[in-house]
Amino acid sequence: MRKAVIIGAGMTPVGEHWKLGLRDLAVEALLNAMDDAGIDKVDSLYVGNMISGPLVEQENLGALIADWAGLGNIPAVKIEAACASGGAAVQEGVKAVLSGLEDVVAVVGIEKMTDAWPSDTTRYLGYAADAEWELFHGASFVALNALVMRYYMKTYGYTEEDLALFAVNAHANGAKNPYAMFKRPIKVETVLKSPYIADPLKLFDASPVCDGAAAVIITTPEKAEELGVPKEKWVEVAGMGRAIDTINLANREDLLTLKAAKIAAERAYKMAGVEPKNIDFFEVHDAFTIMAALSLEALGVAKKGEGAKLAKEGQIAIDADYPIQTMGGLKARGHPVGATGVYQTVEAVLQLRGEAPSQVPDAEVGLTQNIGGTGSNITVSIFRRV
Amino acid sequence: MSRPMQVSRYWRHFREKYRLIGGKCENGHVFFPHRQVCPVCGSRNVEEYEFSGKGKVISWTIVRNPPSGFEYYKPYPLALVQLEDGPIVLAQLTDVDPEEIDFGMEVEVVTKKIREFEEDGIILYGYKFRPPVK
Repeated sequence: MRKAVIIGAGMTPVGEHWKLGLRDLAVEALLNAMDDAGIDKVDSLYVGNMISGPLVEQENLGALIADWAGLGNIPAVKIEAACASGGAAVQEGVKAVLSGLEDVVAVVGIEKMTDAWPSDTTRYLGYAADAEWELFHGASFVALNALVMRYYMKTYGYTEEDLALFAVNAHANGAKNPYAMFKRPIKVETVLKSPYIADPLKLFDASPVCDGAAAVIITTPEKAEELGVPKEKWVEVAGMGRAIDTINLANREDLLTLKAAKIAAERAYKMAGVEPKNIDFFEVHDAFTIMAALSLEALGVAKKGEGAKLAKEGQIAIDADYPIQTMGGLKARGHPVGATGVYQTVEAVLQLRGEAPSQVPDAEVGLTQNIGGTGSNITVSIFRRV
Repeated sequence: MSRPMQVSRYWRHFREKYRLIGGKCENGHVFFPHRQVCPVCGSRNVEEYEFSGKGKVISWTIVRNPPSGFEYYKPYPLALVQLEDGPIVLAQLTDVDPEEIDFGMEVEVVTKKIREFEEDGIILYGYKFRPPVK
């Protein structure tokens, strides 16, 4: 079978980009990635995006971005899997390369969230849930996560303080990332003193509404060599998996198991031929602190009910056994929803090239996990230094 | 968005939302809402099943930053209710002081207004849960 390597990565800072539109951000990230690889054309483009239609009245992002990036008459489409759109777009790009149909593929993740009223953005994010049976009842996305958080705390005896540790860790790492939205460390008290947005979930348990774009260029090792891309830049896509679970949280077999993540991870581990203990860092989907805890459990890093314990024991810091959110995670770097999975990929590439601002020493294998919905659509990808 | 053209979209679910009618497959699995394929065994032989509407709160939250269309009602309690006949249902709690809500609290279904659209728009009704009226 063919192999896939990432030869270029680029991104924009995450933040409130009042002066830049969706296409500006996407094109900037894309050109950065192409410049990084040293190429000026690609065979196809995959755009990870969740809700551009309601947010900025723009669909057909494949044509829009390929056109404005000057990529010519290539095939280009938008990939949507709620907040996992970016992770899914990367995987679709890899599949195109592995299939042999395309040799050099560009993937860009983009979301422009600050061009809409906050309550409307809250509604659009709710589109990732079940509209007829969740959004109908006034369930915001935050509220659905809050229901899981309270149930988790009750079941395993954790406190709000315990879960706050995930936010503290993310900010500590994000403080060093020039592309992060929040570049300052916080304390547990900062989280605890922030207002409830859906009890027991507080403002600082949640990732911010923001804008951003990230991009990667994927090809085969043979083509990379032909293009003259130096080997130090290559990062192998070693494994990937993807699965869904019930879209409606209430229909879940077990509210506290991210079954889709578990299945996706098993597939990715198998394809890469690695186990959790072989992974040097994890970029998990901490859109809410509770999701970081559940993700560590689903990925097999912690036992069921012990995800938050890992944070309490100090095992998630850069210099610990299971570093997570090395560049700030969704919480501090920011979570431009459809772009997040591509940001995670770019960050994994930087870590594996040894170019990360908060570098995990000798990182050889990294894992990204991107969650769409309340755990309903999940991608897991494993990357390896070449 | 939120245009009154949505009448048919909401009306088609009125029996499920007013009477809590879900599904029961040939193998006895019950689920809510109704669907064509049993989520447990995959059977396509599914009949309607009306739930008793009695249940217990298994988790809850107070929505303080609601999606647009619900601003007028904030803050409001939202809960996962485990019905006595099986499935878990997401709904708002009503006629209850947020301080009184607790794990395992007994509740029963009641039909209430969910929201209104603009001045001349439609009004949506559906199930909510409240402490049982003695």
